[in-house]
Amino acid sequence: MAANPMTQFEVYRIGPEIKIGTFDISFTNASLFMVVSSLAILIIFNLGSKKKSVLPNKLQLLAELSYTFVSKMISDTAGSKAKPYFAFIFSLFMFVLFCNMFGMIPYTFTVTSHIIVTFMLAAFIFIGVTIIGFIKHGFGYLKLFVPSGVPIVLLPLIVVIEIISYLSRPISLSVRLFANMMAGHTMMKVFGGFVISLGIVGGWLPLSFSVALTGLEILVAFLQAYVFAILTCIYLNDALNLHH
Amino acid sequence: MIKKIFFQFIFFNFFYLKEVFATESGGMPQLNPEFWVSQIFWLTLTFGILYLVLSKLILPKISANLELRKSQIQENVEAAEKQRESSESKLKEYDEIISKGKIEAKNIFKDSRDKAIKNINIKREALDEQINEEIKKVEEEIIKLKKSAPERINKIAIETSSELLKKLIGAEVNNSSISAIVEDLSKKDGDKYYDN
Repeated sequence: MAANPMTQFEVYRIGPEIKIGTFDISFTNASLFMVVSSLAILIIFNLGSKKKSVLPNKLQLLAELSYTFVSKMISDTAGSKAKPYFAFIFSLFMFVLFCNMFGMIPYTFTVTSHIIVTFMLAAFIFIGVTIIGFIKHGFGYLKLFVPSGVPIVLLPLIVVIEIISYLSRPISLSVRLFANMMAGHTMMKVFGGFVISLGIVGGWLPLSFSVALTGLEILVAFLQAYVFAILTCIYLNDALNLHH
Repeated sequence: MIKKIFFQFIFFNFFYLKEVFATESGGMPQLNPEFWVSQIFWLTLTFGILYLVLSKLILPKISANLELRKSQIQENVEAAEKQRESSESKLKEYDEIISKGKIEAKNIFKDSRDKAIKNINIKREALDEQINEEIKKVEEEIIKLKKSAPERINKIAIETSSELLKKLIGAEVNNSSISAIVEDLSKKDGDKYYDN
């Protein structure tokens, strides 16, 4: 009967066990969908950038619209200084988006519903942004923790709060994406289980819920990818343009 | 009844799910570190390749294409602007030509009308002169005739009166005496009959 809604998140090995030293780097279903997402992105954008026609076809239009969308997002939030990081943010946004979207297909695996994946991305962003900040501003980057216009009495408290909030950035960034994806997929699975257990008599209600949730989850899948990318832009903005 | 069954189902379902959570699973599979290294490895690999290919090969092409289109559109807009300007200047030229032509046509019309009027006047004057001359001639003739008319009438009157006298009295009367009487009469009354 109704399967455990958490089994969809289980990682299992596909093919033989691969080990480097003591580390197990076997090809799993998670790896499969990372590869599938990346390949899908590369194929779509390669086809979309192949022809250099002034009047674009559908794929070219898609690629160019995505390009301008991300480009506008970066220039709006992080300014023109963030231009060199465009490719990274573009790949990040597309990777998260495609992983989320592939997760919406039944019987697939959602890569971004795993905390380790999102945390690695967030940690990489966090470390990268911190390094960029220190390279651009030297120790002046620490001024980020000292907001201007704060009474001296409150300053120690504010600095502590700022440092904590800065350090919690990778956690909030990764947990936001992971929890959203996991919660959505779990909920859909639970409602899907209800449809079967309630049968033809009462299954219609959870079924309609399931349909509505699918729409909502597709929205969330896009929105979370967007939020992930835009937060990266905002962190980058802090590192590039020190406002305090 | 159906409602009751429905809610019982839901309740038991929750119960069932809770049982499943408790027995089957050891919590979230995400927190099972068995495949963490594998996931990190594959994430780094796939995302790294994705980033490299996108940044080195695909994105430059897209941006070049966008730039190309932008510049082409800019060029087209500029060309269109130029053509618009040239067409505007041509339109001005055309207007000028038309207004010039209008003025010329007016002038030509005026000239030809003046010429025609002049011609007409000249001809009219000539005609007037001719007519006047002819009128004069005719008048002279009339005057001549007028002058000669009484004499002839007198002659006729003398002849007819001599004939009449011959028939009436059967005798020849001297012409000169008759003519004297006629002239005398015509001098008295002739003016009344032959004058205008």
